[in-house]
Amino acid sequence: MATAAKTPTKAKAAAKAAPSKPSKAKKPETGTRTIQVDELSRVEGEGALFVRVKDGVIKDCKFKIVEPPRFFEAFLKGRSYLEVPDITARICGICPMAYLMGAQQAMEDALGITITQPIRDLRRIMYCGEWIESHVLHAAMLHAPDFLGLDDALQLAATNKAVVEKALRLKKLGNDLLEVVGGGRAIHPINTRVGGFYKVPTKKALRGMMDELKWGIEASIDLAKLFGTFTFPDFEYDYHCVALHHPDEYAIVEGDVISNRGIHIPVREFHEVFQESHVAHSTALRGSSRGDNEPYLAGPNARYNLNYKQLSKLAKQTAKEIGLGEIVNNPFKSILVRMVETVYACEEALRLIKAYEEPDVAYVEGRPRASEGFGMTEAPRGVCYHSYKLDSEGRVLKAVISSPTAQNQPQIERDLHGVVERSLDLDDEALKQRCELTIRNYDPCISCSAHFLTLTMVRE
Amino acid sequence: MTILFLGVGNLHRADDSVGPALAEKLAADKTFMQKGVEVQPHSGEGVSLMHVWAGAERVVIVDAMKSGATVGSIHRFDAINEPLHHDVFRYSSHLFGLAEATEMARALGSLPKAMIIYGIEGYEFTFGEAMSPTVAKALKKVEKAVRKEFDDL
Repeated sequence: MATAAKTPTKAKAAAKAAPSKPSKAKKPETGTRTIQVDELSRVEGEGALFVRVKDGVIKDCKFKIVEPPRFFEAFLKGRSYLEVPDITARICGICPMAYLMGAQQAMEDALGITITQPIRDLRRIMYCGEWIESHVLHAAMLHAPDFLGLDDALQLAATNKAVVEKALRLKKLGNDLLEVVGGGRAIHPINTRVGGFYKVPTKKALRGMMDELKWGIEASIDLAKLFGTFTFPDFEYDYHCVALHHPDEYAIVEGDVISNRGIHIPVREFHEVFQESHVAHSTALRGSSRGDNEPYLAGPNARYNLNYKQLSKLAKQTAKEIGLGEIVNNPFKSILVRMVETVYACEEALRLIKAYEEPDVAYVEGRPRASEGFGMTEAPRGVCYHSYKLDSEGRVLKAVISSPTAQNQPQIERDLHGVVERSLDLDDEALKQRCELTIRNYDPCISCSAHFLTLTMVRE
Repeated sequence: MTILFLGVGNLHRADDSVGPALAEKLAADKTFMQKGVEVQPHSGEGVSLMHVWAGAERVVIVDAMKSGATVGSIHRFDAINEPLHHDVFRYSSHLFGLAEATEMARALGSLPKAMIIYGIEGYEFTFGEAMSPTVAKALKKVEKAVRKEFDDL
């Protein structure tokens, strides 16, 4: 047994596949049809789905987050600014960087700390590690089986050993990057702090990662090409894409918030333009844009659509070879975008490591003051926002953390609605599988968002 | 070739601490450590487990179980010769723990030459270091059995 906060059993709910050629298609009937998934498989955390269709028209479509609330924002109150990043990192075992670095950034903003370029580069290397391990785990082990008509990664290992071996080695590469910079362990690194690191890694230790990163570039291109041969359900959506943007690089660890509908704001104004609200069927808050109260999209496709031009030449070439244009509006193709971003992350980490020189200063100190600070990074699943109010001694008065999955929850429901509408000719089992695949497009991290899938479909 | 003992679990989660608690005890036993067994506590994260036991000659693992059996009951699995059911050794919602890692390694042909897993049925998996008395008693029996596994060294 292990460290997770819960021990769900979801095997029975495991989706078989979202068959690209459903064999048991049926014409939509009159009367009520209900699709219900009580425990979503291959996602992080506890979620459920309920769909009710009456006479071929969707009457209800709810993506439910049923994970118990975790109260992080409440128990951070009174804690020192120095403790916060190590506590928030525990929000997630898959993408702790998003919670660790977002909090660090916000504290640095509050205390007026400007970190040095080498510290910034080391953080970007760590975040590349997180993108690699998280993207590969999701794309190859959790999402790819859907497209291959397999139950899970175990079946994938039995039928396509080389893919799983490659994916596991890539995941290890991501973890190793985190360990080398983060201090001995990949999941919740112990060597990072507000202002930088307790101890910077040696040039030798980082350079030791170079050969594996070179292999990683080739391996992720191979996986991208394989996934590019999958058949994708025919569904597109005119997304309001929201992501970080940095003038000089494909944004990962910092930037302004931009959207394809003209928004360009500093992180501190995020909640002036976007809001979170609560609904009865979910323990997660739900993101929407304040202007129109409409959902928006965060995550790989949003980043790709907004910042495509800043990808490396090789990443762009890979995207082209697997059939992606400069804009991807088919959510099922997020598996491809994840692999393009993995190619980029391997290249970027390699580039930064080649240029790395051990700095004299491991961290920049700041003086506590009554202040407010804001932070945002690109978690593998999308933008992750932090804001903290501190008292004069640097203790937390108020904490606000918006996870990517909470922000994406309304858009996931919107996607489900669209996908179900176009798939009513599928029988219930095939439709259920298609719905689960739609949710897995997001690699939702339900635990992180709870503040999440069981599918119920009613056809009336 | 490595001979490995892995104590899987979380020291701060009541009965889930059986694995790491035994790892701590064995690591502190100089006589036992002279046998050359590599003793490690482990969180139970599957991918990492596969990397830890890759290439090992022999592995003995202790982990807590939640199978619905009587609390404190002990199960010995010869992982090379019998598949592990995924519901027995739960890890996290991403569902890749000891059982999945074992079956994945079997599919990939990367299991150690020998792998014995002791499971102790737990009762309490909430926060805290104290084991249930029945589970603590069972751990003493498992300790004897584990030591016996390494008698030839």
